[in-house]
Amino acid sequence: MNLNETEKSLLKEIADISDIPEGAFNIRSNGKSVGRRSGKNIDIVPKEDVSGLDIFIKPNTKGESVHIPVVMTQSGLKEEVYNDFHIGDNSQVEIVAGCGIDNCGCDDSQHDGIHRFFVGRNASVKYVEKHYGSGTGAGKRILNPVTQVYMEENSYAEMEMVQIKGVDDTTRTTEAELKAGAKLVVRERLMTHNDQTAVSIYTVELNGKDSSADVVSRAVAADNSYQKFDAKIVGNAPCKGHTECDSIIMDNGKILAVPSLEANDVDASLVHEAAIGKIAGEQIIKLMTLGLTESEAEEQIINGFLR
Amino acid sequence: MLKINNLSFSVDSEGQKKEIIKNINLEIPKGKLFVITGPNGGGKSTLAKLITGIENPTGGQIIFNGTDITEKSITERARLGIGFAFQQPVRFKGIQVADLIRLATGKKLSFSDICDYLSLVGLCAKEYVNREVNANLSGGELKRIEIATVLARKSLLTVFDEPEAGIDLWSFNNLIDVFQRQREEIKDRSILIISHQERILNIADEIIILKNGVVENQGTKAFIFPKLADTSSLKGCRGVLKGADRK
Repeated sequence: MNLNETEKSLLKEIADISDIPEGAFNIRSNGKSVGRRSGKNIDIVPKEDVSGLDIFIKPNTKGESVHIPVVMTQSGLKEEVYNDFHIGDNSQVEIVAGCGIDNCGCDDSQHDGIHRFFVGRNASVKYVEKHYGSGTGAGKRILNPVTQVYMEENSYAEMEMVQIKGVDDTTRTTEAELKAGAKLVVRERLMTHNDQTAVSIYTVELNGKDSSADVVSRAVAADNSYQKFDAKIVGNAPCKGHTECDSIIMDNGKILAVPSLEANDVDASLVHEAAIGKIAGEQIIKLMTLGLTESEAEEQIINGFLR
Repeated sequence: MLKINNLSFSVDSEGQKKEIIKNINLEIPKGKLFVITGPNGGGKSTLAKLITGIENPTGGQIIFNGTDITEKSITERARLGIGFAFQQPVRFKGIQVADLIRLATGKKLSFSDICDYLSLVGLCAKEYVNREVNANLSGGELKRIEIATVLARKSLLTVFDEPEAGIDLWSFNNLIDVFQRQREEIKDRSILIISHQERILNIADEIIILKNGVVENQGTKAFIFPKLADTSSLKGCRGVLKGADRK
């Protein structure tokens, strides 16, 4: 697998790997697969009709992982990629995705990853997705991920979705449907700066008895950036749902939080919380009394907040 | 170590000038533990904030180890060696106990180093190192972490603003032990504690009574305690001066 230094650095940022990862993987660079390996119980099969992969995880697979990072360094490249994860019953796996774009040119680079998860009965999946942009070109770095999660009875999905730096424009759409006893946990962390915009939309339908969802977003909007967090939890059965948006605004940043709940069953218990504010002055003062400058204090507070 | 010359601080209150600190003169020598006490609203916390740079004086001068720090920022004063333990510890979302202690020391610390600092204040390190310094911690836990953080800095002058406030009795007993140990170890360093607690006053080299923005009295406990007992100096204090050793 031949990757240049920029590609390696992107891989490190998004998937914490600098070379071939353990377990099953597919590394996509500038629209092509540059390395792929299936695992003992995990098959990675390219789709024939569209660009993307089918990832089959056999029932009862335990402790295996799949890495499918994407890197783009070619300015002006635009792609739509469809990846479907078929997670067998009773399996327990970790999936690491993510996309890093380095754009040093003047044309916009765009990656739209459409990921569908079919989580089998009693299966448990941890999904980590990091988005990152770098490069000095005037061309934008655009990422529009769509994540659809279909959860069978008593399945569990934990999704860590992170966009820390350098993505100019993003619309993140996440939809989930849960059957009885299924549990979805989402931890989103978003940081925007300069003139970036980020829109994050969640629709979670709790359709089965005792299903539950906990969708928590922490966001920081600095400079002139804009963010919208639009999370809806629908309770169609006796279920529990919680959504929370906790945001820090800095400079001329703007954030619109639109949490919403819809209960269609008398035993649905749904809660939303949203808070937006600047960094508390006393937090900065405290860290300054430990010898940090004001800007170092802000950086520590934000790093902690987005950890 | 610290010299305060003619220090004043006033604020505008409903169009009128309100003097909080009035022309104070003080000196805290090297290797000493001083306690400032006095009634609520007498200016104690304001004085602490003026020393640490959180507030700027409207008059006077603060000299620290021969350097005029009156115009210096909080950060500069911290780097020169002034530490400050807040009366109400600050909460952070995401920042962990280990982060704060590392930031305080400015060093990469091992797990066992962090344990040492936490055990100073009676906390079991394993349970706390990776805890967020947020509202999930109790007032007493936060206070102990605050004190551990400030002790970790090993500042030349450490100012504690009412370290006893908001902590349980067990923590308070521990706190007294901490100050007693510090008292024995300070050597070239100094400690300034704002407190109403007689057990803290008891371990002071000198006690300063601050009332209505002025130093009403200053001296050793042998000199000060009789004055506290039979005057109205501490009117408004939270009833702490009773039944203790006043020798």
